[in-house]
Amino acid sequence: MSTRLFGTPIKRKEDPRLVTGGGRYLDDLGHDALAAAFVRSPHAHARVVDIDADDAFELDGVLGIYAHDDLPGKVGEPLPLLIPHPALTHGRTGYALAREEVNHVGEPLVMVVATDRYVAEDACQRIRVRYEPLPVVVGIESARDGAAVVHPDVPGNVAAHLTQVVGDVDAALATAPHTLTLELDIERSASTPLEGRGVYAQWDDERDELRMYSSTQTSTGVRAAVAAKLDLPLAKVECIAPDVGGGFGVKIMHPWPEEVLVPWAARLLRQPVKWVEDRREHFVSAAHERGQLHTVTVGFDDDGHLLALDVKFWHDNGAYTPYGIIVPIITATQLLGPYKPGAYRVEFWSLYTNTVLVTPYRGAGRPQGCFAMERTMDAIADRLGLDRAQVRARNFILPSEMPYDHGLLFQDGRPLKYDSGDFPATLNKLKALVGWDDFATERAAAVAQGRKVGLGIGCYVEGTGVGPYEGSHVQVETSGRVNVSIGLTSQGQGHETVFAQIVADELGVRMEDVFVTTGDTRKMGYAVGTFASRAAVMSGSAVALAARRVRAKALRIAADALEVSPDDLEIVEGTVQVKGAPATSMTLGTVSVLSNPLRYAFDEATQAATQFAGTFDPQKPPVAEGEEPGLEGKDFYSPTQATFANGMHAAIVETDPVTAEIRILRYCVVHDCGPMINPMIVEGQVHGGVAQGVGGALYERMVYDDSGQLLNASFMDFLMPYASEVPTIETDHLETPSPLNPLGIKGAGEAGCIPVSAVIASAIEDAEGFPITRMPISPADLWALRRRYAAGEIRPLRRASHPSESAARAEEPTP
Amino acid sequence: MSEVLHEVTLTVNGVRRTASVPARRLLSDFLRHDLTLTGTHVGCEHGVCGACTVLVGGEPMRSCLMFAVSAQGLEVTTVEGLGLLPDARVCATGQSMNPVQQAFTECHGLQCGFCTPGLLTTVTAYLDDHPDPTSDEARAAISGNLCRCTGYQNIVKSVLRAAEIRAERRVPDAAEPGERHPKPAAAGGGPS
Repeated sequence: MSTRLFGTPIKRKEDPRLVTGGGRYLDDLGHDALAAAFVRSPHAHARVVDIDADDAFELDGVLGIYAHDDLPGKVGEPLPLLIPHPALTHGRTGYALAREEVNHVGEPLVMVVATDRYVAEDACQRIRVRYEPLPVVVGIESARDGAAVVHPDVPGNVAAHLTQVVGDVDAALATAPHTLTLELDIERSASTPLEGRGVYAQWDDERDELRMYSSTQTSTGVRAAVAAKLDLPLAKVECIAPDVGGGFGVKIMHPWPEEVLVPWAARLLRQPVKWVEDRREHFVSAAHERGQLHTVTVGFDDDGHLLALDVKFWHDNGAYTPYGIIVPIITATQLLGPYKPGAYRVEFWSLYTNTVLVTPYRGAGRPQGCFAMERTMDAIADRLGLDRAQVRARNFILPSEMPYDHGLLFQDGRPLKYDSGDFPATLNKLKALVGWDDFATERAAAVAQGRKVGLGIGCYVEGTGVGPYEGSHVQVETSGRVNVSIGLTSQGQGHETVFAQIVADELGVRMEDVFVTTGDTRKMGYAVGTFASRAAVMSGSAVALAARRVRAKALRIAADALEVSPDDLEIVEGTVQVKGAPATSMTLGTVSVLSNPLRYAFDEATQAATQFAGTFDPQKPPVAEGEEPGLEGKDFYSPTQATFANGMHAAIVETDPVTAEIRILRYCVVHDCGPMINPMIVEGQVHGGVAQGVGGALYERMVYDDSGQLLNASFMDFLMPYASEVPTIETDHLETPSPLNPLGIKGAGEAGCIPVSAVIASAIEDAEGFPITRMPISPADLWALRRRYAAGEIRPLRRASHPSESAARAEEPTP
Repeated sequence: MSEVLHEVTLTVNGVRRTASVPARRLLSDFLRHDLTLTGTHVGCEHGVCGACTVLVGGEPMRSCLMFAVSAQGLEVTTVEGLGLLPDARVCATGQSMNPVQQAFTECHGLQCGFCTPGLLTTVTAYLDDHPDPTSDEARAAISGNLCRCTGYQNIVKSVLRAAEIRAERRVPDAAEPGERHPKPAAAGGGPS
């Protein structure tokens, strides 16, 4: 048996192409296509009185100008509500082009199609729209207050209200020796991939067929939605996700207005049409996430054990709810992290505002939940004068308690039941990595120099690999080339590499002979999409299962041809051979030849499969009963529930005593996503997640003014971290397998960003000596907090004088 | 109503190219759509992200902040041209890569690959002037380019590795000290 590729940091198959300019992203396609551009609302909330496009029509090169009135049938009906939920009693979706009313700045009103983008944008500038402004709802407080409403038929702006309860929270709180109530806020941020959205559609007038390309995380989802909107048979629509320049959640949302309109226009005009989002459009018309206010009341005993957790939170869902209430559901369930909460009640309200809609951004509600839970843990430790890590450890679900059912429903409508994990081991690794127990000395040295440093910690559990399913098709050509198709898309996670690693192992072929196609509905029509850290778990399992089918078939055929038992065969580097007697063998390419009985040979090798070649038993049909021609197999993986990864981060920050500048001195990650297919890629995912987390903790926020204008809709003003802002990330791993899937794997994609705001807040609080309850935090914010603290408006932490908390508690045994 | 077109002639990756474009045509759009050299990517169109960085006369420039007409007579190197530079070598999969490209593939310096061309051109020019950077210097060198995937950790490693490969491949006497990176092999008709 050749060396196992699973688990090795193999170099990516994608990279030689991508570093030499060979990538094919959406805007690299369709150079001859017509270009679409959009007139978007400059108002956050207004009635549309009149649209005058006369001047625009006079421009050379303009082929079409369309407003809502021009959209026929389903194209003009509201966009679909993708994930209905019984609690989403007032779900609302927008139109592909706004009808009568606009509900956020950036909402599309008019589409122009022209010979090129420059002309299309010229035309947009000549279109005059008259608006009658309406009262604007911006911010959660204003939405909750309900004085003004976004949708007249949605009282109080409440799209959804959901409560989940386990145990008697009121009784547990009433008898708890200690209680605390915390107000914890997280502001808006956004996925912000370097490549925005984009759609390119070709209509084949002779065959009545649509081929479309979209920079999407779900080509099957787009295909089905567009076919439904355009009233086309599914068989007449194909959708391909080409190379995608990052997604981070925003591209799982679909169909975007443009994904409906561009194919519609291509069909109408019988010419290819393309739209590529520009950066400002992405800020004001794609999607944001993270804005939530939380009130946490916790009851605990003298040792810091949780007795009751009562959480209320308010989620800003923006102007529409096409993606349902997935984000707040995830907060409500994943907030619990690695802990047993005692009695638990969580209640949320999902509220409309006149802002860009909210759909998952990497982490998807978890960073907010983690922030709420971890701030609570720190507050408990502070109240009791206990070590913060100790309080966490005392509340951990232990490995012996796995699987652990929280008694709640997760985002997939299935039980929130942790499958495996070793939280005490993760914490021990983290403490060793960051030097938790030695930090008191480090702090003392810093304080002696007049410096302020703090140590922070954050723990999380991430449900990954949610269903319903993914599939894979694996085929061996007569040349020995192995084609692997998955319907799930790739946005930089290295799917061409990791799934090839799995197939190479399962099938016994060389890595360089395996070619993976992702996100192409022509190759695999059944798929769900790339989100919820599910690709490795779902497609990885499906790929393994499909490859096993092909392997079994190859062994059957080869055993027949070599006149041995399949049990005596092995496959090594693409050759099927008898164990211990490798001279008796045939290549998988030859097996592929034999798998497909031929009348017509197409090269010398395939002559062996023709009718007079003497390779078949004349008593049997050429294709055996129960078999199909071809050395190929397809299989699907559909789990009963998600698998739960976990991790813990710690950081040491320094805050400037004068300027309040915040610097991360060290950032440590311990991460457990089960056995890693490719540790190099997992580590890269963690790095990227942490960087986004750092952005969310210290720099990134969507700044809306009261009139609903996004004031920082550019890379000049929305501060995404450069290399100068991201610290060196130190990592360590555990590999606790999941019992749920054939490879034992758990997802990794989102993990890195989940606890970062919690960790940085914890560290800043530790450095400053007063509570940090709102993130992100800028130097100006911290400076203002210091002034309030000095004025006595903020209570100090009990450990504000920075006793060496770990040293004082070192005698305490670890549970 | 039609726009006035201007004939632009420039050298791109060592090849003289001519096209007629409106005065407002961005160099990035010109390279991508008129010359179909789509390796150069556009991430913000306001000069902040650096994805569109190309080398103009060997200097990194944001091609979204230049008009095509202002590149008249200049010599432009895009990501497609890096593999034509003298220190490029053909890799196992058949592509020709310069040390920076090679290093990015070795160090997992890219994920989605969208910002990568701008980093490759930026780092190629940087190493011409700073052949042996420290880790901190490497980090500073890439601090004008946004990457949303990698957290920059492996890009810093890639810069350091590129410096090593570059030194390994350095042919003695190939270039005068301080000279800007040598012209592509097929170069002709450079700037005056």
